Amino acid sequence: MKLGVVQFPGSCDEVDALKACERVGDAVLLWHGEHDLKGVDAVVVPGGFSYGDYLRVGAIARFSPVMQEVAAFARDGGPVLGICNGFQVLCEAGLLPGALLPNQSLRFVCRQVGIEVVDAETSFTRACARGEELSIPVKHTTGRYYSPDPVRVVFRYTQGVNPNGSPEDIAGVANEAGNVVGLMPHPEHAVDLLHGSEDGLKLFASVAELAGV
Amino acid sequence: MSDTATIPGVEQAVALGLTRDEYALVCEKLDREPNEVELAMFSLLWSEHCAYKHSKKLLRTLPTEGPRVVMGPGENAGAVDVGGGWSVAFKVESHNHPSAVEPFQGAATGVGGILRDIFAIGARPIAVLDSLRFGEPDSERSRYLLDRAVAGIGHYGNSVGVPTVGGEVYFEGPYETNCLINAMALGLARTDEMVRSAAAGLGNQVILFGASTGRDGIGGASVLASAELDEEDESKRPSVQVGDPFEENKLIECSLELLERRLLVSLQDLGAAGLTSSASEMASAGKVGIDIDVARVPLREADMAPFEIMVSESQERMLCVAEPERVDEVLAVCAKWEVHGTVIGEVTDSRTMRILRDGETVGEVPVEALVDDCPLYDLEPAKPSEPLYPAPKATLRDGDDVLLALLGSPNIASRRPLFEQYDCLVGARTARRPEQADAAVLALPHGGGIAVSIDGSGRRVAVDPYRGTIEAVLECAANLACTGAEPLGLTNCLNFGNPEKPHIAWQLTESVRGLGDACRALGIAVVGGNVSLYNEGADGPIYPTPVVGLVGELPDPLAAGRLAFCAEGDAIGLLGPFAPRLEASELAKLRGEALPAELPDVDVEAVVAAHAAVREAVRAGRLSSAHDVAEGGVLVAVAECCLAGGLGATLEDDGEAALFGEGPGGFVLSGARADLEALGARVIGEVGGDALACGEQSWTLDELRRAWSALAPLFP
Repeated sequence: MKLGVVQFPGSCDEVDALKACERVGDAVLLWHGEHDLKGVDAVVVPGGFSYGDYLRVGAIARFSPVMQEVAAFARDGGPVLGICNGFQVLCEAGLLPGALLPNQSLRFVCRQVGIEVVDAETSFTRACARGEELSIPVKHTTGRYYSPDPVRVVFRYTQGVNPNGSPEDIAGVANEAGNVVGLMPHPEHAVDLLHGSEDGLKLFASVAELAGV
Repeated sequence: MSDTATIPGVEQAVALGLTRDEYALVCEKLDREPNEVELAMFSLLWSEHCAYKHSKKLLRTLPTEGPRVVMGPGENAGAVDVGGGWSVAFKVESHNHPSAVEPFQGAATGVGGILRDIFAIGARPIAVLDSLRFGEPDSERSRYLLDRAVAGIGHYGNSVGVPTVGGEVYFEGPYETNCLINAMALGLARTDEMVRSAAAGLGNQVILFGASTGRDGIGGASVLASAELDEEDESKRPSVQVGDPFEENKLIECSLELLERRLLVSLQDLGAAGLTSSASEMASAGKVGIDIDVARVPLREADMAPFEIMVSESQERMLCVAEPERVDEVLAVCAKWEVHGTVIGEVTDSRTMRILRDGETVGEVPVEALVDDCPLYDLEPAKPSEPLYPAPKATLRDGDDVLLALLGSPNIASRRPLFEQYDCLVGARTARRPEQADAAVLALPHGGGIAVSIDGSGRRVAVDPYRGTIEAVLECAANLACTGAEPLGLTNCLNFGNPEKPHIAWQLTESVRGLGDACRALGIAVVGGNVSLYNEGADGPIYPTPVVGLVGELPDPLAAGRLAFCAEGDAIGLLGPFAPRLEASELAKLRGEALPAELPDVDVEAVVAAHAAVREAVRAGRLSSAHDVAEGGVLVAVAECCLAGGLGATLEDDGEAALFGEGPGGFVLSGARADLEALGARVIGEVGGDALACGEQSWTLDELRRAWSALAPLFP
């Protein structure tokens, strides 16, 4: 099992995501300027502020050479996880439906929250039970998910903890096939007792399980 | 020298902040009058901000050496050995006046500037902390400054990808017109791979990389940082720089890769006084000269004059020296990170800074004159005979619940609405976040950990600069002790008023004396710092505010202490040589009492012994929680432990002074009664229930939490 973590200029959480991936398999960084996925079995688009979040969050990163390969990989059914800014990039790239809007508070918020797994059939939730609650931190300014059409919801904030005002407490969604998942909370910051929670590891373990590792 | 060079003359020198005597000395050093470029360079490097001319003699009295010190004062940042071949670099710096003029960018670029100091020595930035001071939040201006400064710190720190793991904020009237924004950064480096800033090697190339150079921040160090604020500060807004954290994020990776690949001879950040300062300090440290051709500097605006290019404080720029055969590789690394790199000069053996434009010399100054020859001044301290500061406005009314009033007071209320605007997690090292423990705790690659805290109570220093400063250092060390950490080194930022005034000189002198004595008692060195003087507004000087940042080590970050009560039935103990007094306390402030004439003497050795006892007990796992007694006294400390753990407590009522009095050396601990008694703690109560009961009085946790959330409405 080999996972790839995309690195854009302005990525911040790529090393943390890489270390989380290394807990379940081999992991490499994928450089934004290259058309090369290095033969990985799954791709993580990490958090941060790609291209400074200038213009609009995720809007510039999605034109990176590597994203053309990620898009083709996803269309072929390859598992792709977008975390926070990575979620925003996947929405901009059209790999996930909908868009992320500024938090209702218009402020950045960093906080440990509970999320409920409402769909345990995706590539990144197979190791979870439906209805299971995970303790994972959020940290974002632009995390209010919006889609005019019905979508495949994967995670919801538990009652009363929605940090951004997203409708129906949506924290993460998948494409129809369930191989592309995006979420605002940061599972890579909940993979060690040192972080206060290991719940995030389940997302990485899910994709490893999928690959039969 | 170009014969078109104009001579601005002494009046222009005075307008730029030099004294007439200093101008005469410049002429003597040059053997002629300086031209426009040279005068601009002298006015900046001889400013208080760059030359420390009113503080250097005092700072020389501080202890700066110790077995764990890897880098001391004089480098971009200090560093201490944390074992396993690793060092932690750290420094605190002020960005007060820019923030008073434009709080968002002022605070943002304060963070950016201190980060560059850290990675300039080859350390990867791993944490930011901030220390903020504003006027009372009932003032609209203070609320505006608070809101925008917090937003600016978050904007920069979050997107540059370095966690903001801690900090502190106080609200006091004397900061109304002159807020304080101090930012501290920490970095991690292999001890044997840290770099110094000295330029060396005749013919080596000087490369500027990062953002292009514009007119922003021209004269920041001299115009803003070295003079009092006045009512025309709107006009100084162009002197405030604008930050670009995206550029800095790339600059960090680019710089660290250049160092990792051993392509550089030396590296230096561009901060106050821009190219002038970094190039001449590089030349001075290496005992060489440097030629710089300003025509080769990438500009934002085409028509910039040579002096503007030399003093611009445009952000996100670095200067390095590389051997000529390495230049192509250096520029290739810059290109990889989409950072603009340009060769702008060369190392010479002339011991002069020579400024050229398209090959024509437009300025020529001996390096020594610029960097070392600024006159240092003796202070003329005099203890003021009258109180300097008015009594605070009373806000506590008869019949008010004292505990709830204290918990809701701006200096004690929960900082959650502030720190939730900062990413405290990126980097995956954070083992104790804000409000989990008295200090932030970070895990290190070799398995150990460090704790870090920043502190400084201006009001108590205003009462008694010597003892107040000792208290500030002890308070910071107490925070570390509560996590199980032992201090390794200290950085400080001395925020004071105009040192040319005898009463300010007295505050500064006494405070530095206290700082030195406290460090010697703790056995730690001052590894770096910053001085911010002239912090005065129309209403007078700020409270003298020495802000200290401490870094300590602990063996196991997973086992680091926490402040929350966590087990029903635990005993609550009070430990330490704690002699609570209401004078100069938070309660005295709420009652509008004038500042007393002095603080009581501190038994520093006994306090340091208490720190050691708490530290060892935490490390041994004998305590459920540890929290030091600070603003608001014992009952507030206990309430904070209750709120953090969601557990109530029952406490003896020992009277107002014991419950709300303040002073150094007190710890609220919880654990097994026998363990607490074995430590020498006095058992004062028990953990349990969902209310805090003290004698006849009782408060539900909800009541306490509502009061403690008083800052939330400031961030709607």
